[in-house]
Amino acid sequence: MTAHAPAVTIASRAEHVQRIMTPGGLEVWLVESHAVPLVALEFAIRGGASQDPAEKPGLATLLAATLDEGAGPYDARSFHRVIDELAIHLGFGADRDAISGHLQTLSRNVDKAFGLLKLALNDARLEAGDVARVRSQLAAELKRDANDPDSVASKAFREAAFPNHPYGRPVRGDLASIDTLSREDLIALRERLFARRDLKIGVVGAINAGNLSELIDATFGGLALQNDLAPVPEIAVANVGARKIVNLDVPQSTIRFGRPSISKHDPDHYAVVVANHILGGGTFTSRLFREVREKRGMAYSVYSHLNEYDHCPMLIGAAATKNERAGEAIGVIEEEFKRFVAEGPTEDELDKAKKFLIGSYALRFDTSTKVASQLVNLQLDGFEPSFLDERNGRIAAVTMEDCLRGAKRLLGDGDLLVTVVGKPARV
Amino acid sequence: MSFETKASAVSLAPGAAAPEPARASITSFTLDNGMEVVVIPDARTPVVTHMVWYKNGAADDPLGQSGIAHFLEHLMFKGTKNHPQGEFSNLVAELGGQENAFTSYDYTAYFQRIGKEHLATLMAFEADRMRNLVLTDEVVDPERDVVLEERRMRTDSDPSAQLDEAVQAALFAHHPYGTPIIGWNHEIEGLDRTHALAYYERFYTPENAILIVAGDVEADEVERLAKATYGKIPARSAAPRRARTQEPPHRAHRLVTLRDEKVEQPAHEQVYLVPSYSTAAPGEAEALETLAYMLGGGPTSALYETLVVEEQVAVGAGAYYMGSAVDDTRLWVYATPAPGVTLEELDDAIDRVLRRFGEEPIDAEHLQRAKTRLIADAVYAQDSQASLARWYGEALATGLTIEDVVAWPDRMEKVTAADVQNAARKWLDRRRAVTGFLLPA
Repeated sequence: MTAHAPAVTIASRAEHVQRIMTPGGLEVWLVESHAVPLVALEFAIRGGASQDPAEKPGLATLLAATLDEGAGPYDARSFHRVIDELAIHLGFGADRDAISGHLQTLSRNVDKAFGLLKLALNDARLEAGDVARVRSQLAAELKRDANDPDSVASKAFREAAFPNHPYGRPVRGDLASIDTLSREDLIALRERLFARRDLKIGVVGAINAGNLSELIDATFGGLALQNDLAPVPEIAVANVGARKIVNLDVPQSTIRFGRPSISKHDPDHYAVVVANHILGGGTFTSRLFREVREKRGMAYSVYSHLNEYDHCPMLIGAAATKNERAGEAIGVIEEEFKRFVAEGPTEDELDKAKKFLIGSYALRFDTSTKVASQLVNLQLDGFEPSFLDERNGRIAAVTMEDCLRGAKRLLGDGDLLVTVVGKPARV
Repeated sequence: MSFETKASAVSLAPGAAAPEPARASITSFTLDNGMEVVVIPDARTPVVTHMVWYKNGAADDPLGQSGIAHFLEHLMFKGTKNHPQGEFSNLVAELGGQENAFTSYDYTAYFQRIGKEHLATLMAFEADRMRNLVLTDEVVDPERDVVLEERRMRTDSDPSAQLDEAVQAALFAHHPYGTPIIGWNHEIEGLDRTHALAYYERFYTPENAILIVAGDVEADEVERLAKATYGKIPARSAAPRRARTQEPPHRAHRLVTLRDEKVEQPAHEQVYLVPSYSTAAPGEAEALETLAYMLGGGPTSALYETLVVEEQVAVGAGAYYMGSAVDDTRLWVYATPAPGVTLEELDDAIDRVLRRFGEEPIDAEHLQRAKTRLIADAVYAQDSQASLARWYGEALATGLTIEDVVAWPDRMEKVTAADVQNAARKWLDRRRAVTGFLLPA
């Protein structure tokens, strides 16, 4: 049994990260590795759906989805075809706080791949016909999800948690707004967001710093210096203590619950991470898993996790149980929250949670795209590469006293905003 | 603990086989008790992926006990006579590992991803779980409720999943692929510990299992550890035979319609009964793989360019080939109609594109693009040890060999326009297909 053997010391991750400042003044973090003949690049530009004009939700999503529908000399069809000919993976997406992009290529095509990324970023055509096509696809997706319990639950929670705030609006837009989004709207949003300021880039793979610098300058160097972001107010989850029900004719009730958390820059952040892990994290070990699923068979999936929106740290969780047991399930979840605040974790739970969080950090670094994403996220959060080596130490340092304080700050009196979709009984 | 949807199963086509540089270094051997072992090197990270695959899945469920393979997969986390419930999972978590399991039609697999220094521990626990499972009504009963909740979540609350289920049931008139992996509700309700243990006794044997280890490990060391753990399990006899009822000739196209008031976006799907990598004549599965990509693999595909861009009768369209299967399998075609277009009109438009592949010359540039993309996936696969482990496991569990996987890029290179055309003519036959319409009530 090696259960109590000391963890093998993992060599420094930070020392593999080259922090490059290009001649053009752009910062990029590189992990050079020639084990596989591939190059992966991830980037993010701050300001995603939270920058959508209030009456035009879905605009950032539409912009991200239209960037590869024709650019520079290529119309949509020829752009997609050249991507296929080179077997490149190129894609863009928008979440609440950023627009992100992903490029992965065989190293023999790296120049051409960066060339296509450059075109999409700087010279996407955004032609009316292409915009209309993508809009119709987003509309179909919204219709498909209109009565999907998970989508309805997300909407109910978002609207209750973030009244009168950009986070309360739908990232993918809604059926009322989507047809009003025009080519002009897309161009205006692109001009506000696409800039070198707040651009974060991570690269992993078979490329050296010199070649990469040139490619980065050629690809991103043409962007404006300054972006023009609308301020997004800080917000805490509202309506804590309330229960909202949306009726939907399905046999199962889909439950969302949440409450405010603390900033990831707060000194208690890792105490809160450990506390949440014990309560509702992991796969088969949390208190919620044990009480709701294992003992009572009430749900297939039950969890809580810390959501890291830029302007709203929160805890959010979910479960789904047959309508007849909805009230009972919510009762068990609330009981576990209150018990955790009152009693805290056991020494054994604290010890095991820390060991898991420390040991499993390595699993975030086992593919080049995952590593590149980590590099971008660190930059978005304002950390240095050294964080990669410091992070586990911060978890190791969490004491029982810290964890109890973290649990109190995270869970307060244990009250939750709860939204339920279905035909729940006794809620 | 989950079962594979058709989509995830498809993404695991043996398509993404091991590329050239990895070929020489993949090692395999068989333990004295018949258990196969495959070692896939990946020295880039100190992490190891450990998987045990059993060559039985939902298609091997005894008649009247649909869902038993998947239910047992859940119950495999309930403890053994040496390690009570929770001990294994708690240990994996304490060692910083992640774990899960999944059930498909043809296999059931258990896996952990963990720091490589813990491999021996995992092997000891997983080997113990192959022999010493203990089940009591106390743990079995709530877990049955969990599975019923899983079914409510995935299928019973989702009209489009219900249509998928009905389409598959219609496609397979006689073969068990027509029964959902998770099982039918009324049969799940009747499953108990006796069924689970009988099934466990029959299938959870070394002769029926494959061990895959991917990571920064030496094959010799894995062999030594495998002998000391799995190798200690006595051979039972021969591996259980998978004797499934086979399909009679298909002569009638079938249309399945599901109407539900929750549907706001109609949808069209069509499934063809086609050979798999395991049942096809040489080269035919590779031709079907290529055909499916040319038909519906993304925005350069024939269905997308014709229906979405040119004719604008659809807002989305695609196709995929579920090549990994022990028996004859499925090729899916699907589309979402543009507003105002009926599903009948869309069906005609889809059919015209499909006929074109049989009747008009195959576009040589399009064929080359498809082959380039599919073969490149083998290189991209090298970036993920977990994906490689799954690809090899899936191939071996459906009756292929390591050599089949390794040589896949070469066989794909050889696919010709004539092969693709012949595959279209032979297999895109509406009499072998079920069409599904999803409509508002």
